[in-house]
Amino acid sequence: MSHAAIADKRPSTLRGASLPKWTPWAIAAGSVALGLGISAAAGLDSKIQWALMAGVLFVTGTYVVAARVEGRRQAKDRVATSFVWVAFLLAVIPLLSLVWATVQRGTKVLDVYFLTHSMGVVADSEAGGGIYHAIIGSLEQVGLATVIGAPIGVLTAIYLVEYGRGNLARAVTFFVDVMTGIPSIVAGLFILSLMLMWDMQPFGFAGSLALAILMMPVVVRSTEEMLKLVPNELREASLALGVPKWRTILKVVLPTSIGGITTGIMLAIARIAGETAPVLLLVFGNPFINNDPFEGAQASLPLFIYQQYSQSAGSTAAYDRAWAASLTLIAFVMILNLAARGIARWKAPR
Amino acid sequence: MAKRIDVSGLTAYYGSHKAIEDISMTIEPRSVTAFIGPSGCGKSTFLRTLNRMHEVTPGGRVEGKVLLDDEDLYGHGIDPVSVRREVGMVFQRPNPFPTMSIFDNVAAGLRLNGKYKKSELSDVVEKSLKGANLWNEVKDRLNKPGSGLSGGQQQRLCVARAIAVEPDVLLMDEPCSALDPISTLAIEDLIGELKERFTIVIVTHNMQQAARVSDRTAFFNLAAVGQPGKLIEIDETERIFSNPSVQATEDYISGRFG
Repeated sequence: MSHAAIADKRPSTLRGASLPKWTPWAIAAGSVALGLGISAAAGLDSKIQWALMAGVLFVTGTYVVAARVEGRRQAKDRVATSFVWVAFLLAVIPLLSLVWATVQRGTKVLDVYFLTHSMGVVADSEAGGGIYHAIIGSLEQVGLATVIGAPIGVLTAIYLVEYGRGNLARAVTFFVDVMTGIPSIVAGLFILSLMLMWDMQPFGFAGSLALAILMMPVVVRSTEEMLKLVPNELREASLALGVPKWRTILKVVLPTSIGGITTGIMLAIARIAGETAPVLLLVFGNPFINNDPFEGAQASLPLFIYQQYSQSAGSTAAYDRAWAASLTLIAFVMILNLAARGIARWKAPR
Repeated sequence: MAKRIDVSGLTAYYGSHKAIEDISMTIEPRSVTAFIGPSGCGKSTFLRTLNRMHEVTPGGRVEGKVLLDDEDLYGHGIDPVSVRREVGMVFQRPNPFPTMSIFDNVAAGLRLNGKYKKSELSDVVEKSLKGANLWNEVKDRLNKPGSGLSGGQQQRLCVARAIAVEPDVLLMDEPCSALDPISTLAIEDLIGELKERFTIVIVTHNMQQAARVSDRTAFFNLAAVGQPGKLIEIDETERIFSNPSVQATEDYISGRFG
């Protein structure tokens, strides 16, 4: 009894005054209203201006209110929280608006006909036609690039993590770093110089080679990180059973990290699927269906988008096709990413 | 089966750092030999030189001789992979392969070496799991992942995996340091059974454990941090714990230093 009485009389040192839960929302609503009011009064009609004003008002308002009621530490905490939220919104808004714009404009002409027909007999300014030729071109070029780039990348990473010691490994790491920074157009020009040397015409596989160059360092980097994550104890456990090193790598290290490696490869594929510059130089583009990546010019999705947009200025039909192709490309990349996540989850060590 | 190990003048390096110096000892077959000593004195390093795992560490190299029944493990033309098939190892922390089931973990040594008959495989797995006192606990879930077991079960799984390839010698590097007392007891009982068939070498920080499980005990020490570790003495466990011939051993065992 006496304990309770004493405890009641003493002010708690642990509990301080705190703002109700709805405070941030109230401050947000207030600052938006105030921001709108100020811009209306000042006769400003830009949306960005009132939003910026509301943002500044929200942060200062939160700080002042919280500092008065809760104290300075909590006020700083609230300000930091609101900065994090602002950064999050700033990052998400462009992404959402991009997806929104692409879906809105892309769905206009996107249908089965569009996906299964080429531009063979359709002039760029006319409506109709489709992107079948570009899808085929993209799939073949990216597929071939992956067939070349992914194994080389994975093997390089295996060398660096499992075997690489000394100067050679350092040199390989250095050149992989340099390759990561190669602009796609430079990779394209490199292959173009070879093509000119042997007097060749544009064809799909040349584009694949340039894309493979761009893909390799990305695959090396991600695979390297994944292999480093495999605990050394597993390698030692396997070696101690009398398993040779190469079988240890093949049967223990790679299965343990295969989920992450696949994710890395998928992301690298997503990256090269959107490359335009080397394809423009080396594959040239072609309105007709060309199924042979080793002979003759081909189309590809990013190149198709670029050409529809640039070469037929003012034609709504071409614009619509470009947006629909963009949507297809985004969908392709998203499906790849989802597949990568699925594989990573499915293959994750339990 | 169980083979004798004769070590003479063994020195091991990590790069330019000398980790252990001039160690000579004989490890008897069908017995348990325990290594004790303060941290950093090179017990584990010495253990790893006995199946050529030391050289897996970058910069690791060895001078001297390790005879396994008269054959020098560091002799010319000896394949470290074959050495490790005859001298198995259990590590400090249980490390079952996370991508494999319990069955596959035990079968891993045979499968990865590629030398087995399919029909024999399940017999070998059953025998090894029984040998590791784990069969009754896992026989209904052989296809479940090995990482779903408790720590003590995982460690016995690792023992089963190591004995499935029928080694001559089993090295154990602090096999109980990550386990609770009950699991530790299970492993110690297991060691007692396994010494009928294998030569066992165990590194431990737990002196009661060394006294409980081993027939002979070796005490390692180092003069100072950065100095190489040395073998101080090796003798019957009873003698080491009751009447050691070196003062440092007695100091260490009675807890007066280290």
